[in-house]
Amino acid sequence: MRKRFQIGVLAGLALVASACGDDDDSAALPAAQAAVTTAAATQPPVTTAAPATTQPAAATAAPAEAPVPSRIVSLSPTATEMLYAIGAGDQVLAVDDDSNYPPETADKMPGLNGFEPNVEAIAGLEPDLVATDGTNPDLLSQFDTLGIAHWEGQAAVTFDDIYTQIEQLGAVTGHVAEAAELVGHMQSEIATVIDALPVLPEPLTYYHELDPNGFWSVTSDTFIGLVYTEAGLVNIADAVGEGNPYPQLNAEFIVSEDPDLIFLACTKYCGETPETVAARPGWDAMSAVVNGNVIPMDDDVASRWGPRIADYIEQVGAAVAHAAGVPAG
Amino acid sequence: MNVEQHGTPRHHGGGGNWRRLAWFLASIAVVVTAVLLGAMIGPAGPPAWRIPLAFLDHLPGVDIDSGVSEAQWSLIWNIRMPRVILAGIVGAMLSVGGAAYQGVFRNPLVDPYLLGAAAGAGLGATLMIAVWGDVGRDWPVAPVPVVSFLFAMATVAVTYMVGASFGGLRSSTTLVLAGVAMVSLTTAIQTFVLQRNSEVVREVYNWILGRVSTATWTDVRLVTPYVVVSCVVLFLHRRHLDMLRVGDDEAATLGMPVARVRLVVVAAATLGTAAVVAVSGLIGFVGLLVPHAVRMVAGSSYRRLLPLTAAFGAAFLILVDIPGRTLTAPAELPIGVVTAFFGAPFFIFLLRTHQVAG
Repeated sequence: MRKRFQIGVLAGLALVASACGDDDDSAALPAAQAAVTTAAATQPPVTTAAPATTQPAAATAAPAEAPVPSRIVSLSPTATEMLYAIGAGDQVLAVDDDSNYPPETADKMPGLNGFEPNVEAIAGLEPDLVATDGTNPDLLSQFDTLGIAHWEGQAAVTFDDIYTQIEQLGAVTGHVAEAAELVGHMQSEIATVIDALPVLPEPLTYYHELDPNGFWSVTSDTFIGLVYTEAGLVNIADAVGEGNPYPQLNAEFIVSEDPDLIFLACTKYCGETPETVAARPGWDAMSAVVNGNVIPMDDDVASRWGPRIADYIEQVGAAVAHAAGVPAG
Repeated sequence: MNVEQHGTPRHHGGGGNWRRLAWFLASIAVVVTAVLLGAMIGPAGPPAWRIPLAFLDHLPGVDIDSGVSEAQWSLIWNIRMPRVILAGIVGAMLSVGGAAYQGVFRNPLVDPYLLGAAAGAGLGATLMIAVWGDVGRDWPVAPVPVVSFLFAMATVAVTYMVGASFGGLRSSTTLVLAGVAMVSLTTAIQTFVLQRNSEVVREVYNWILGRVSTATWTDVRLVTPYVVVSCVVLFLHRRHLDMLRVGDDEAATLGMPVARVRLVVVAAATLGTAAVVAVSGLIGFVGLLVPHAVRMVAGSSYRRLLPLTAAFGAAFLILVDIPGRTLTAPAELPIGVVTAFFGAPFFIFLLRTHQVAG
């Protein structure tokens, strides 16, 4: 999908702006497709049982004889975050250029590109495991040819996908207990947020802004959309209908829908702030702007499905509480 | 409609004047109709028929009950109208630019992006978004359009210098080939920069796809001076463009400084094209379609072609933007897609029903 997306860019550059009509291609950073997660080639499949019930006992599932990888290359920013969060950071040898979290990864960027990875450069690092997001099947078959073990964590569709991926990485890297602990922590954090949500006569509506250059958004059919659904919110972009999870919305529509909340998910890369939104002509009278319910979010967290999604939903919960506390109008 | 094989010679009598007046009135009518339809049709806002009333109501000294609330008027005036007007300006400029380029290069397949205006703008925008993002944060104006404009101008300037130094300016072919090379080079650099900064791929792509959908009055104000200067200069050279149609040597024999005229026309067309690309992104096909369509129905004389091209180009882009914002509402269709989707069949229809004038 990303590859197609880049081809789309090239076509655009070739002055045929008309060549790419498929909205799906254009906005999709988190390619929310099927979540078939394959375990690493060297490891037996990891348990996919509900993590809450498997607690520390899951430690027994750790592979006995297989050596734990100590030269991991991660080409997926989400996988990188997961590896560090379960204490496998020391085993990470190198990460791709987009793996900017946690900050320690800065020392481990040899210039690998997650979109167009250079297989020779990766092989030259002599990794004993490569973590990818599974969107590039050609790359995976090249790894197979070279005998390089790889693990795929595709874009999550549900929260369980995240927990499964964290547990798989825990099993693969020998950090089963930490992985279980992280999953438990995330689950309780998210449960706390959801329990604390105010009871409202009518659900609040929101607009999630992926990019202000054309008002790209997401529908509830995406993973990040699911996060908001969990927080009890209704997405104005769902009016677009199915089959277009990353639509480009019409400005008139957004303003006339007047959502209760506006989440800005292009703060780092586009520099959007509540102030820039208020300064847009015609937007100043919107309820979210007037009531201070325009919330800057972290672009990276919003486009990944890593451990920080628990903090994200916490932020959303706080925003909902604030919006619910403000009298309507 | 009137089919003409050749431009009306200047010394034509009263009939020519009437015809000129008829075309003039037709142009005005087409543009006004397009603007009105553009203002009336959209995915939100008050019922379409109330909108003309609201416009009348907002004229100084007129007070009628349009039934349009303040919020609805704000929607129409702040969000829909800038888009309609910007589409008109962009459509007019790209069409006039295309006609001018086709004239100086005597090549019907040429569009205003030929010498690298669009590719340069794309590179400038990419660099600004990907690499220099922090540099422009404190600028008083949006930095990406400014930098893409400068890159567009610079790219065409380099193309021109390369073409001039190797082929002289007596042959336009060298210039065209220099343009092809510069477009490839610029695109390659842009792809390289993008590849090194893949986190901004989506943002750059959105920029390229066109930004008419997010137009504001600021965009309109930003682009208008350049378009006005560009169009005035091109209109002043309409007779030169007619002379160039017979050939460089022949035009030179008639006493025309061919190289200088070509430079001025290219510079003017590039100035306007670069400005509209900087605010609206890349909108293909307009610069090719509109001039040829106008030639088919109104003849090839640049004296008539340029003003008609401006009017029909403006109307065309305003009109195709309507399905762009309504067909998949509340989602948007990128205007470049709609342009080609509706423009190409229309163009084929014209080809079928009219002889190509030339």
